Amino acid sequence: MGNERIRLAHGSGGRLSHDLIEQVFAPRFSNAILDRMDDAAVLEITGYRPEDRPEGFTSDSQLPTSGLPGKLAFTTDSYVVSPTTFPGGDIGKLAVCGTVNDLAMGGARPLYLSAGFIIEEGLPMDELEGIVDSMARTAKQAHVAIVTGDTKVVGRGQADRVFINTAGVGIVPPEVTVSGRNARPGDIVLVSGTLGDHGMAILTQREGLQFTSPLASDCAPLNGLVEAIFASLRSTGDGCCEADVHCLRDPTRGGLVTAIKELALASEVGVELDESSIPIGDAVRAACELLGLDPLYVANEGKLIALVAPGVAQRVLAAMRRHPYGGDAAAIGEVTSGRAGQVVIRTELGAKRIANMLTGEQLPRIC
Amino acid sequence: MKYLDEFRDPKLAQGLVKYIRQRAVVPSTVMEFCGGHTHAILRHGIRQLLSGSVTLLSGPGCPVCVTAAADLDRAIALARVPGLILATFGDMLRVPGSYGSLREAKAEGADVRMVYSTQDALALARDNPNHPVVFLGVGFETTAPTVAASLLQAEREGIPNYYVQSLHKLTPPAMRAILDGGEVALSGIIGPGHVTTIIGSRSWEFLPQEYGIACSVAGFEPLDILRAVALLVDMITEECPSVANAYPRSVTQEGNRAAQEIMDRVFEVGPAEWRGLGILPDSGLGLRAEFQHRDVLCAFPVDVGPSREPPGCRCGDVLRGVLSPTECPLFGGACTPAAPKGPCMVSAEGACAAYFRYGDYSDGK
Amino acid sequence: MCLAVPTLVTSIDGSMARIEVGGVEREISIVLTPEAKVGDYVLIHTGYAIGVLAPEEAEESLRLLRELEEAAELEEARAQAELRHDEVDERGLETT
Repeated sequence: MGNERIRLAHGSGGRLSHDLIEQVFAPRFSNAILDRMDDAAVLEITGYRPEDRPEGFTSDSQLPTSGLPGKLAFTTDSYVVSPTTFPGGDIGKLAVCGTVNDLAMGGARPLYLSAGFIIEEGLPMDELEGIVDSMARTAKQAHVAIVTGDTKVVGRGQADRVFINTAGVGIVPPEVTVSGRNARPGDIVLVSGTLGDHGMAILTQREGLQFTSPLASDCAPLNGLVEAIFASLRSTGDGCCEADVHCLRDPTRGGLVTAIKELALASEVGVELDESSIPIGDAVRAACELLGLDPLYVANEGKLIALVAPGVAQRVLAAMRRHPYGGDAAAIGEVTSGRAGQVVIRTELGAKRIANMLTGEQLPRIC
Repeated sequence: MKYLDEFRDPKLAQGLVKYIRQRAVVPSTVMEFCGGHTHAILRHGIRQLLSGSVTLLSGPGCPVCVTAAADLDRAIALARVPGLILATFGDMLRVPGSYGSLREAKAEGADVRMVYSTQDALALARDNPNHPVVFLGVGFETTAPTVAASLLQAEREGIPNYYVQSLHKLTPPAMRAILDGGEVALSGIIGPGHVTTIIGSRSWEFLPQEYGIACSVAGFEPLDILRAVALLVDMITEECPSVANAYPRSVTQEGNRAAQEIMDRVFEVGPAEWRGLGILPDSGLGLRAEFQHRDVLCAFPVDVGPSREPPGCRCGDVLRGVLSPTECPLFGGACTPAAPKGPCMVSAEGACAAYFRYGDYSDGK
Repeated sequence: MCLAVPTLVTSIDGSMARIEVGGVEREISIVLTPEAKVGDYVLIHTGYAIGVLAPEEAEESLRLLRELEEAAELEEARAQAELRHDEVDERGLETT
């Protein structure tokens, strides 16, 4: 659609809306379900335990009971990042990865996504096309289909270029029991790679903070990595199994410490981390020093934390390292029977200090 | 990272800690003047490593924390002037003035921009020739020369719309005020390494000479701080106070002459109001007469309501080392990083923020 | 106060210089350190170099710290040996 711009009429449901869907969204997201262009995507869910029923249902006959047992996972998230494009990604890639990863952190195999767009009037069409292309590419890479969506256009200044909401569903196999409440003393804390890449890549692009750097967002869909972790524990014949993975979490906003703290609180355990084991890239370290920021609180969009039973730690670590998104995976600490919710860091000097959640975002400082 | 990693060597740090424990025959109390040191000490767990041998007290070396409420109120009022752009370091954004913070003013429509450097503020002035761009100058002698340099650059390049609100302060007068106050008994002071890179270690001679207190100028890596404490312990044990330079890769006796000259060309020394210490003579930097056209309060005089401290706020006492953050009745309850009452809790360098962050607290508990 | 980071000067253009640390680069002002040369390490504070680092002083500092560490280890070993000696003495006294 060349160098056109989005106009209010594109969101009004008439000719232009129809054209927008036909020309921008449909060809890029195309799949058997979406192509039907029904109001709702009708999906065959093959895996639902009869005893799990939502409020109001009184009889089993109202639920699908065929197929493999398992649980349905469902999540949603909205994306408002600015600028919409940054080294290593864009808002579209983020929108797909974020929801895919939320499902994967619940132990689910992600299947279907919805995509809702709120577009600011005046957005250049090719910017929108670039974002949608990116979403299509990422969805394909993650083996998920975008099966339903919506578009609205608001007046100039009422949205920051484009806001995207994605919701997603997936199936959790019965042998997978990850939960924020499952951590146990003795569990080993693993992280899939270097921390702080995404947040610093975004921050250093902001007006007034420009550095030339190799920093790039680590934005990536992690369901393949999670599959690899479970696969390494499946049918090994030595007593290990998928249930030895107790917790999975992706350290997004608030960084590593926030995610670990949330797990520690939910599981009512303590965690001790070894500062010198935590992998941080040189450029992130340097940018953090220059701006006075702590990389342990900086957002990640392509990393996961796994709390696993000690007996499987080495095997899971090896499986992560063999995967393209887990090359720098490391063991960084352990779960303790210390004060519930308390996160302790063993500093490089061997002293211990407490790590708390930050309130609000970290701001660059001069002092 | 060169010149950083080597000064974090755990083995050498352990050696220094042992040395200090062996030599600190009598426990002593030492003040780390500078907020950056408080932060580093807590972050690396140095307080814990030295407990029993040396007690470390936090001092008022946090330029954000010592900014008077009235000065911040004026900055906020300036930001509200239609068309005016206020450029500031990130540190100042969340500090509560008498009627709110810069960040809150921004949310209400004031044009407040966070910058990393006065260079960025100059760029804003160049890019917005029809708007006055004001740089909020907060900081001690490390930062003041950079602001002075930016002003001279604006003169040279003919950028008429660049202004400065100078709230810069000098550190030796603050140290004197604390010692004259007689509220804390100190055997030694850990001196601010980057301020001293500018002003020179001879600026601290008055400490041993007039007060009989040892001073050790320290850098900010763990080995720098530990080495400075080791030197202090030696001087205290031998009852031989002097000024020791524990940061010789950066600090010299004379300091940075070029920076001192630039500061002197642009600023003159006068009285300044310090939160917690009151008005101290010869402790602040104001623009010289020939640069009055860059002084934003001359160009845009603003009226502010009466300034007030939040009720119950004890930042002043914390800044003077009289009260430890955890002893403040508001700490952790009414005053937390999420809802700070005073600057010591909101500034990243503030003692209260550092204690909260690295201590066992969470908001609301 | 005063975050200042050691960085390498990679090029100079008048009163501006390009610095590098950990792969991150930025243009900064050397108006406060006019003596800085390419190849020097300078401390950067808010986009200005505030001082040139003296490599020989850094080396000397590390050397001193290594000596101090060895001395402290020796002292600790000596103190422990003395303690064991005292214990042996005590036991000797008890049995006689």
